[in-house]
Amino acid sequence: MTSHIHNQEEINKQIKDFIAEILKQDRPDSHLITVLHKAQELNGYLSREVMDLVSQEMNIPTSTIWGVATFYHYFKLNPIGKYNISVCMGTACYVKGASEILETLKEELGIGVGETTEDMLFSMHEARCIGACGLAPVAMINDKIYGELTPKKITDIINKLRKEEETK
Amino acid sequence: MEKQLFTDKFSYVFGDQKFFKKQKRIALKNCGLIDPENIDDYIYAGGYTALAKVLTEMTPEDVVKTVKDSGLRGRGGAGFPTGIKWEATAKQQNDEKFVVCNADEGDPGAFMDRSIIEGDPHSIVEGMAIGAYAVGASKGVVYLRAEYPLAIKRLQKAIEDARKENLLGNNILESNFSFDMEIRLGAGAFVCGEETALMNSIEGKRGMPRTRPPFPAVSGLFAKPTLLNNVETWANISSIIINGAEWFSSIGVDKSKGTKVFALAGKITNTGLAEIPMGMTLREIIYEVGGGIPNGKKFKAVQTGGPSGGCLTESMLDTKIDYESLTKAGSIMGSGGMIIIDETACMVNIAKFFLEFTQSESCGKCVPCREGIKRMLEILTRITDGEGKTGDIEKLEELGNMIKKASLCGLGQSAPNPVLSTIKNFRQEYEEHVEQKMCRSLVCEKLLTYTINDKCIGCSACRRACPAGAIAGLPKEPHTIHQELCIKCGKCYRSCKFHAIDKTSVAKEQK
Ligand SMILES: Cc1cc2nc3c(=O)[nH]c(=O)nc-3n(C[C@H](O)[C@H](O)[C@H](O)COP(=O)(O)O)c2cc1C
Ligand code: FES
Repeated sequence: MTSHIHNQEEINKQIKDFIAEILKQDRPDSHLITVLHKAQELNGYLSREVMDLVSQEMNIPTSTIWGVATFYHYFKLNPIGKYNISVCMGTACYVKGASEILETLKEELGIGVGETTEDMLFSMHEARCIGACGLAPVAMINDKIYGELTPKKITDIINKLRKEEETK
Repeated sequence: MEKQLFTDKFSYVFGDQKFFKKQKRIALKNCGLIDPENIDDYIYAGGYTALAKVLTEMTPEDVVKTVKDSGLRGRGGAGFPTGIKWEATAKQQNDEKFVVCNADEGDPGAFMDRSIIEGDPHSIVEGMAIGAYAVGASKGVVYLRAEYPLAIKRLQKAIEDARKENLLGNNILESNFSFDMEIRLGAGAFVCGEETALMNSIEGKRGMPRTRPPFPAVSGLFAKPTLLNNVETWANISSIIINGAEWFSSIGVDKSKGTKVFALAGKITNTGLAEIPMGMTLREIIYEVGGGIPNGKKFKAVQTGGPSGGCLTESMLDTKIDYESLTKAGSIMGSGGMIIIDETACMVNIAKFFLEFTQSESCGKCVPCREGIKRMLEILTRITDGEGKTGDIEKLEELGNMIKKASLCGLGQSAPNPVLSTIKNFRQEYEEHVEQKMCRSLVCEKLLTYTINDKCIGCSACRRACPAGAIAGLPKEPHTIHQELCIKCGKCYRSCKFHAIDKTSVAKEQK
């Protein structure tokens, strides 16, 4: 637990340093979204505490920050799992059966879109076109793209990841 | 000599396929041919000569005139004449002006802008520098999707490299023109592709559209005069400067000059990007460039313009690809998404897909869009669930037309298009769903009937998969499905390894 707290302090410090640099520029308030991107990158998601921190450092009300953070899909307000699965629901993927992949995942993981499994292993999101339409239907797990998916293929991938975790 | 080398490299990299023969590459001219992370490669291919030409030989007025005469129109969707926008921004008197590149690429089935930035980032830097010179701006902003990490990295490198070579910064190439630019990241909101919402987002706010007028040319980013263009529009600029307005306007047709990049996807043999001269027909791009429909299936519709566009049918395949013809046919040019749909797709379901998208992306600022699209989606969902009522189709049309007229920004003004155009062209399919509770393409799950045929060997996989306990049968004997218990989830169909379950949809008697 101590290491966790230590970690959080380190994260907070990095966020503060980043904001300090931003404040030197013209129209610093306009960089709020840039700051939230950085905060999410460092912290994994935007917690209430992180938003309060940004609020203090940038002198912007937390309510405004909350408003911005909830407006954009990219910002996550809850912790996400180790494997973040984005199922592409872009047009090309949809036409080629993306909803079947999504349904399979829902069943397999027992979670809905935007949720995380209890063991914090998997999160699932819908994505828009990720520019791999030629391989449709496509899903992205963290930074890796899996193409030409079928319900069986995606189940196999999940099971493989689960196995890897068990043997760790 | 250099040109020859390049054409050779092109064939070497891509092969001499039919896919490329009918294309004409202006915006994509360097994509795949040069190393996008190497500024020397871009310069070797003739890069930054347009900027040098502008700074040494042309006045800002000359540049505006050239762009105006070229007939270039915005590639971001609306097709507004680019030169007129430039002229309007140039006319404003202000101590600070901006140029903005819209790289938010919101259409959920398209990736032209991403490919241009990933494949040729300097073309955007150069185009924007030229635009800034023409309108008297000193700062540029590229609003780029956060979901495109490689594009971010390459554009950032391009900007830094250009600074090192004094192609950005103070007194560019020893002229008295100074200009610099930065990247701002989007955060995944479709409405931020709309120009006024985009500027709110750059300012660090919720990305909600503003009322126009005032137009960005008068009061845009930070309330300063702002010239905003799409990635592909910017990518055309340097070629126009080098080759002249006449050259550009000799390509294409009447009111649509130059080329357009399309992202071909869906049920088509060659998926990917194709840059074609305006005026080519849909048939040519689908069957010659795209190689037709795979797996021996029949063509059903082509969708252009993404969630703001419409579906065109077989009988419209000879429509020319230009702004006016596509609009007349009932769709739009859009930003370049082109989805080919074959006979296995249900048009009501496709319309619902786009409406689900626009409904979840509506920012909620204006009532017609926020409430109206939701109501339309409810009706569509009802129809695809087999609970459609007589009059629903007319209600969709009425609501759709009202939303188009009354919404604040282009999102709402165009959101009903996919529904209205499919009703217009595929009304019979809608009627079948509503009146006969039938989906001929076997897509709408609630309208299907599952039965077991004589291929069943009694393995019981379906019986175990069924969550409703609707399947009965002894091991090794054919099973049966009790229709009154079936919840039409399709799990049995997916679990069967022997093709022993049939999916059908038949017309039900009218109640
Ligand atoms: C809901 C909505 C989404 C849009 N998305 C984009 C987009 O992703 N990319 C884009 O360039 N233009 C988009 N536009 C069009 C822009 O508002 C604007 O017309 C365009 O960027 C102007 O550049 P152009 O004249 O070079 O086309 C969108 C418009 C609306 C209403
Ligand atoms: S639609 Fe899924 S990758 Fe393009």
